Amino acid sequence: MISAHSAPEFKNSVVRWIDRRLPIFTMLHGEYIVYPVPKNLNYFWSFGGMAMVVLVVVVLSGIMLAMQYAANTDLAFDGVERIMRDLNYGWLLRYVHMNGASMFFIAVYIHIFRALYYGSYKNPRELIWILGVVILVLMMATAFMGYVLPWGQMSYWGATVITNLFSALPVIGEPIVTWLWGGFSVDNPTLNRFFALHYLMPFVIFAVVLLHVAAMHQSGSNNPTGVEVKSQEDTITFHPYMTAKDSFGLMVFLFVFAFFVFIAPNYMGHPDNYIPANPLSTPAHIVPEWYFLPFYAILRAVDFQFLWLVPAKLGGVLLMFSSLLVLAMLPWFDTSKVRSCRYRPIYRWFVLLFVVDVVILGYVGGKPAEEAYIVIAKLATLYYFTHFLMITPLVGWIEQPRKLPNSISESVLKSV
Amino acid sequence: MDDNANHDGNDDGVIRRDFLAYTAVGMGAIGVGSFLWPMVDSMNPARDVLALASTEIDLSAVAEGQSITVKWRGKPVFVRHRTAEEIAVAESVDLGDLPDPEADSTRVQNAQWLVLVGICTHLGCVPIGQKDADAKGDYDGWFCPCHGSHYDTSGRIRRGPAPRNLEVPPYQFVSDTLIKVG
Repeated sequence: MISAHSAPEFKNSVVRWIDRRLPIFTMLHGEYIVYPVPKNLNYFWSFGGMAMVVLVVVVLSGIMLAMQYAANTDLAFDGVERIMRDLNYGWLLRYVHMNGASMFFIAVYIHIFRALYYGSYKNPRELIWILGVVILVLMMATAFMGYVLPWGQMSYWGATVITNLFSALPVIGEPIVTWLWGGFSVDNPTLNRFFALHYLMPFVIFAVVLLHVAAMHQSGSNNPTGVEVKSQEDTITFHPYMTAKDSFGLMVFLFVFAFFVFIAPNYMGHPDNYIPANPLSTPAHIVPEWYFLPFYAILRAVDFQFLWLVPAKLGGVLLMFSSLLVLAMLPWFDTSKVRSCRYRPIYRWFVLLFVVDVVILGYVGGKPAEEAYIVIAKLATLYYFTHFLMITPLVGWIEQPRKLPNSISESVLKSV
Repeated sequence: MDDNANHDGNDDGVIRRDFLAYTAVGMGAIGVGSFLWPMVDSMNPARDVLALASTEIDLSAVAEGQSITVKWRGKPVFVRHRTAEEIAVAESVDLGDLPDPEADSTRVQNAQWLVLVGICTHLGCVPIGQKDADAKGDYDGWFCPCHGSHYDTSGRIRRGPAPRNLEVPPYQFVSDTLIKVG
C-alpha cells in the first residue's frame, strides 16, 4: 500500500547521502512510520510483531550458546550442564533460548488464531497465509532439531521417533532414514548435522518472514471488521499509534516470557531430558514438546490399515503432514464472501470449536496411548479434517452473514 | 503541522510528552542492555576456566642448567635453574644498555630460579632456548625465530623488534621445591 504522504526530507546529511543512493530510509519511513493501518486493530494484531521479537531474542541467545556448545555425543550433555553451571549467565542464555522457543510458538499460535477468526487468510491475502504455514513448518523443524542438541533422553528418543517417521514411506523409507542418521541409529553424525541445520534454519525463517511481511504490506493489514480500507479516514499511521500499542503488548508478553525464564524455566520441558541419552533404554513415557502435541496426536490416531492399501504407520505419517497441508489450503476451502467472524454468526462458533478440538488433540497427544485417549484422539482427528474439508465450505454456503458496515470508520463510530 | 499541536505543549516550549518518550525509551534501553550484557559477559572466561587459572610446578627434578616448560592458562611458562655463571652475567649488565631496563633482582624471587611466560613480547611466538640443542641467541638466553628477538639469561630483551622483556608471571614459593604460578 503506497502512502499518501510524500517522500520525507531527512534532516541528517549522512542519512540524506545514503538515501539518495540506496533509498532504504525512504522505504522504512514509508513502511514503518507513515504506513497506514486500519484504525480498529485490536491487540490480536500485535502477536506477529511479538513473534518477530522472540525470533530475534532466540537467535541472539542461540549464537552465544553455539559459541559454548560442542556437537559431539561425548561432550554435548556435559557441555550443556557446563553452560548451566560455569558459564557467566549461561543459565540465563539457555533458559531464554529454550523458553523462547515455547514463547515463539505461543505467539505464533495466537497469531494463527487471529487469522482464522478474522478471515485474514482470504483473498487477496492467501499467499501471506501460505508463507505463514511455511514459517510454522520451518519453526517445527528448527525446534525439533534444537531439542536434540542437549543429548538427553528425550532428545535422543525424540530424534529416533521423529526420524523413524520417514521409514513409513514404501521402498525408499529405510534408505532415507539411514541417510538422515548418517548411520544405523541416531548417533554422532546425526547430532552434528542437526546442529548445523539448527543454526541454519532460523535464517531461512527470517527470509520467509521477510516475504510474509512484504506480502502483507502489499495488501495491507486485515482488521476486525474484515472490511477493506476505503479511505484515509479508516486508517492511522503505523507510528506512533501502532508502535505504541505494539510496544505495550510486547511488554506484557515479555513479562510472561520473564515469568517462565526466572520462575518456572523447566515448566514447559521434560525432566527426562536431564538424564544423559542412553541408546539402550527408552524412557517409559516419551512425549514431544507441548507445541507438537496436537500433531503428535494425529500421528498416533491412525492405528489401523487404511483402505486395505495404506498400513497404519504410513497412514499416521500422511495424516500428520496432511493436517498442515489442509491448513495451508484453507483459503480455498472457505467459501464465504465475508471475512470476519464478527459478521459470521455460525462460523464463529465453529472456529472456536476448532480451537477446542486442537486443545483436545494436544491434551491426548501428551497422554499415553491407552484406551479412552485413543478414541478421543481419533474423534478429534476426524473433526480436525471435517472442519477444513466439510464444515468450512458448507457453512460458507449456508450461513446468512450479518450486515457488514460500509466502512471501518462507520463500524468504529457506531459501536461508541 | 505545528509540532506542538498534538502535544501537551505550553508557552515555554517544554513538552511533557517528550519527557514520557525519553523515560520510555530509557527504560527500553535499560531492558535491552540487561539482556545484552549477559550475552557479552558469557564470552568472558567461565568459572571452569578460571578454576584452572593457577598451576603448581615441582622444581625438585630440575638440575642446575636445566629448563622446563609448563602450561599455565594455555601458555608456556619457562622455568630455568640458572647456573652461578648465568646469574652473574645477568646481574652484571649495565641497565643503560637495555631497551627495557630492569634489574635482574626485580625479576626473580630466588636468583637460582628464573620463571618467565614463554611468549615473545613482539607478536606472541614461543622463543627457543629451552633445550640444550636450541639456539639461545646472542645473549645465551632465548631467541625468537619468528622475527629475531634475542633475550638474555634474565629473559630481558637485548636486540630485535620485541618491545619489552619476557613477562614474569605472578608466582610464589610454596616450599623450597614447589612453586605455584597464578
